[in-house]
Amino acid sequence: MELWQAFVQMVHTLIPWLDGTVANILIILIKAIVLVMPLMLVVAYFTYAERKVIGYMQLRIGPNRVGPKGWLQPIADALKLMTKEIIFPTKANIYLFLLAPVLAITPAIAVWAVIPFDEGIYVTNLDISLLYVLAIGSIGVYGIILAGWASNSKYPLLGALRSASLLVSYEIVIGFALVTVVMIAGSVNLNTIVQAQQGGIAHWYFIPLFPMMIIFFISALVETNRAPFDVVEGESEIVGGTHIEYSGMTFAVFFLAEYANMILMATLAVVMFFGGWHSPFEGIPYLQAVFAWVPGIIWLLAKTSFFMFLYLWVRATFPRFRYDQIMHLSWKVFLPITIIWIFVVALMTQFQLAPWF
Amino acid sequence: MIKKLSKLVKSFTLSELRTGLKITAKELVNKKITVQFPEERTPISPRFRGLHALRRYPNGEERCIACKLCEAVCPANAITIESEMRDDGTRRTTMYDIDLFKCIFCGFCEEACPVDAIVETQIFDYAFESRQGSIMTKKRLLEVGSENTQVINQTKFEDAKYK
Repeated sequence: MELWQAFVQMVHTLIPWLDGTVANILIILIKAIVLVMPLMLVVAYFTYAERKVIGYMQLRIGPNRVGPKGWLQPIADALKLMTKEIIFPTKANIYLFLLAPVLAITPAIAVWAVIPFDEGIYVTNLDISLLYVLAIGSIGVYGIILAGWASNSKYPLLGALRSASLLVSYEIVIGFALVTVVMIAGSVNLNTIVQAQQGGIAHWYFIPLFPMMIIFFISALVETNRAPFDVVEGESEIVGGTHIEYSGMTFAVFFLAEYANMILMATLAVVMFFGGWHSPFEGIPYLQAVFAWVPGIIWLLAKTSFFMFLYLWVRATFPRFRYDQIMHLSWKVFLPITIIWIFVVALMTQFQLAPWF
Repeated sequence: MIKKLSKLVKSFTLSELRTGLKITAKELVNKKITVQFPEERTPISPRFRGLHALRRYPNGEERCIACKLCEAVCPANAITIESEMRDDGTRRTTMYDIDLFKCIFCGFCEEACPVDAIVETQIFDYAFESRQGSIMTKKRLLEVGSENTQVINQTKFEDAKYK
């Protein structure tokens, strides 16, 4: 942190124009690059991990030809997608057609601005960061809907409609599930929420909110259009959904957005329910000292990668849900449970149930 | 009532989902069954019918006597043979073409051959770069035969006792 402060100071002294406004913008830019570059790299290698893990679960080996053990596979994929031609359907609205992937990726990256990676490590510390996450996160679906509409083709349109109705149903569930977290933490600032979970595993919110955690994870699968809820793409039903008419880099951008969203949801699950950057050994006499040197960001990344693995695990295991069953799950199962649990949490808060309140 | 209740408990504890996840988690660490093809190969039966070859006698004389039995038996009409009398008075082929596009790899030619000249080898991973390449001329067939003499002899020997 001191190093960063010193760096900020240095930039300010080097570029003193306009009362430091230029320097501030430069620092924000640097922060954004430092955030986005590793994110894109993680997305690339997440696709590799996905193919490997699913391959292993199906008793296959997965990609192992490009580079040692297939390590260069994502780079080869990226190169392929970049050099491929972008095909515009004759009857498509080209402006909307090109706007759609932009609208998909922008929120997927913008949301990361408020995620706290460690004590004091974030791009911005918004007081309403949770609301920001929910608000910007739901804009991402415009990209998919617009893609479906602008393609001027039947299957993308069906995919877009599915995506819209899924979002409406599951955004409510996610919202309610996160309301319980807000009730306990007493704040919508992600930093405060993580700080409120200090003090070892027993203080993390997944214990009092276990059903909410499960519901949040399943809803996150739906929100990110992941198997077994990938009806928006639904290869066997609607061929490829909103992605049909997209090729080359436009498709790659959708792909990036989807995976960035998955990683975001995994991180959010950790921040909300698993104590963010806090070490799981806090409060345990001996182990706490042994693991004291590990920086918080490592713990956050480790927990996040577990949830990312869970995404792949679930994808390798379950067949796709039928569309009406997903709707049933949302309105008739998840919504009642979350509302009931809000009351339960309200009671817990009322009676000051330790150690969470 | 009890049945309904137990079903409810089952679905709310995600018991069946957990069973599925357990199975895939087990397979994650199991031994993989993939055969890495160009480096590893699965065992091939000596009776495998792959690319054709024409054999020669150990003294270098070609076996084929242009009896045209293979041409006659070929169900796909893939074989075309033309023959002439050689200077030493024996009958030999001047042309022996097998069209691999027509060939169905039934192995009848091999069975029909009275002198075991035409055989099918274990080669299955061949490719050609032009449509002309699909025609195995006499020269190419003899080349395949001489390149794989040992393998052919070995497999034919192994299979002989079942014929």
